[in-house]
Amino acid sequence: MGMETRKKIHEGYRKFAWRKIAFILFSMLLIFMVTGVSVSIGTYPVSVLKIFSVLSAKILGNELVAGPEATVIWTLRLPRIAMGILAGIGLGISGTVMQAILKNPLASPTTIGISAAAGLGAALAILAGVGMTGGKFLLIGNAFVFAMIPAVVIFALARFKKSTPEMMVLAGIGMLYIFGSITSLLQYFAADNALKSMVVWLMGDLGKAGWSDITAAFVVLALGVPLLVWKSWDLNVMGVGDETAKSLGINVERNRVYIMMISSLITATIICFTGMIGFIGLVSPHICRIIIGGDNRFLVPASGLFGAAFLLFADGVARTIMAPVIIPVGIITSCVGGPLFLYLIVRKKKEFW
Amino acid sequence: MRLKIRDVEFSYASARILKNISMELAPSEMAAVCGPNGVGKSTLIKCINRILKPHGSIELEGRELRNMSMMQIARRVGYVPQNLTSVFSMTVFEMTLLGRRPHLGWRSSQTDKEKVIEILELMEIEDLALRDFNELSGGQRQKVIICRALAQEPEILLLDEPTSSLDLRHQLEVMEIIRGLVVEKSLSVIMAVHDLNLASRYADKIIMMKDGRIHSAGDSVSVLTPPNILSVYGVVAAVREELGKPFIVPLKSEKQHTTRGKEPC
Repeated sequence: MGMETRKKIHEGYRKFAWRKIAFILFSMLLIFMVTGVSVSIGTYPVSVLKIFSVLSAKILGNELVAGPEATVIWTLRLPRIAMGILAGIGLGISGTVMQAILKNPLASPTTIGISAAAGLGAALAILAGVGMTGGKFLLIGNAFVFAMIPAVVIFALARFKKSTPEMMVLAGIGMLYIFGSITSLLQYFAADNALKSMVVWLMGDLGKAGWSDITAAFVVLALGVPLLVWKSWDLNVMGVGDETAKSLGINVERNRVYIMMISSLITATIICFTGMIGFIGLVSPHICRIIIGGDNRFLVPASGLFGAAFLLFADGVARTIMAPVIIPVGIITSCVGGPLFLYLIVRKKKEFW
Repeated sequence: MRLKIRDVEFSYASARILKNISMELAPSEMAAVCGPNGVGKSTLIKCINRILKPHGSIELEGRELRNMSMMQIARRVGYVPQNLTSVFSMTVFEMTLLGRRPHLGWRSSQTDKEKVIEILELMEIEDLALRDFNELSGGQRQKVIICRALAQEPEILLLDEPTSSLDLRHQLEVMEIIRGLVVEKSLSVIMAVHDLNLASRYADKIIMMKDGRIHSAGDSVSVLTPPNILSVYGVVAAVREELGKPFIVPLKSEKQHTTRGKEPC
């Protein structure tokens, strides 16, 4: 009898693990598929074959491929896709780890005040008279610096006030309102064209990023994401309670601050290039939790990849639904993701949070 | 001695909870910490694996605990807390596997999984392995958490009210299993417990606490006496003998028969 139960447990555990890995692979596949479709659609139709030839030519340094198609693919469409993948991964993963360390299903880069702070930074830069071309780096830099303010405040709270997760969340929401109200004030008094720039920036758009921006974002993600994935088992342990986590050898306070800093850095880097893209950071973790469960070792990568696939899909919709007008992707993520999320919550069979 | 506690003191903000605590524990010894609510039983337990950082000296096999990392302590001291919740849904198997965390890094090996199954079998909950922890009954969860602490393969096991949510039969079963480990694996156990009869029956040593201090300590016959119980709990009790151990029958609260009344403990 003993042996049989043992086999059953091993098999069951493996089956669980396989389902999770299958979902991760599926998300990757989804990214490839959406990328292919997304590059080929648009006002200037391009075949999928052409895309790969341009891509391989660029990678191999072959200058033979030229012409309008190559320009459209290389300078307009692929940067959007690349930024979309990076932003989706970064926001999805940051949201997951923030929810885990703060033990709060509402935690996300938006609710913790990072997006609002970046928005204020950008609004200030726009108001300071930054043109559409000349001061691009001032705008990005300002948004980035402001986006790190909530992280610094939360770090200080943890360091000097021994703050609990609840305090951190509430402090984040406090900052969200402070930054939001100052931004509103600036908008209220802004001239028409500055107001338009602020509002558009806040809506989030993947089209702003060039290859140099993408490289910068890639470097930050390449350094930050592996660290978060490495810490993901500790997130499971911390979910069982701070005292238990300590009794299992985890330095809870240090982990919490460390993970908070890395995820804030990733989010700030993304938001300063794209503007506010809400919803992915909040909802991608929940959608994945409903599908594969709460084990953070699988959830962290899954949520990043699913977030990327979802953001790319939303961007495809944003570009085609009212073509040739491109709608800011931030609008689409919420209005496509919202119903999907509600559907999954209603249909879910068991507690996922 | 496996564990030597000398002059341990602990304060929350301004309130001093533990005063002048000293005790020792040998391998294969099981100590029960008793006393009224709020006397500092849980606090003492948490000081022993440094979830709380007390003043004074705690030595594990001659090594001062404050000089060890949390991870080093976690490899040698297992802990079963009082509240049993998990924010994230996870299976019983995964929950128990967390106990292997101090011994390894990111991945769990086949041996770790085998160990977890062995422990689940010992506690006779292997059938629950793939169930969701949060969907279990209080008693089942209690057993899982004990399994997790055993998966740490500790030398010292700290139990905070391990039987509080177990029914009569499971109380006995769990205590028998732990008693068995004390003998077979020369495990040392410290448990905070309200049930004096359970303490009397299974513990080698009773530590009775009052107002953050050790009121009396020793074997059950010398500690579980009517005067001690009256002094610590304010309860008049009769002590009989059952299975060769003192068996306490609480008769009435001191408050019920004194006219002046006394501050409740």
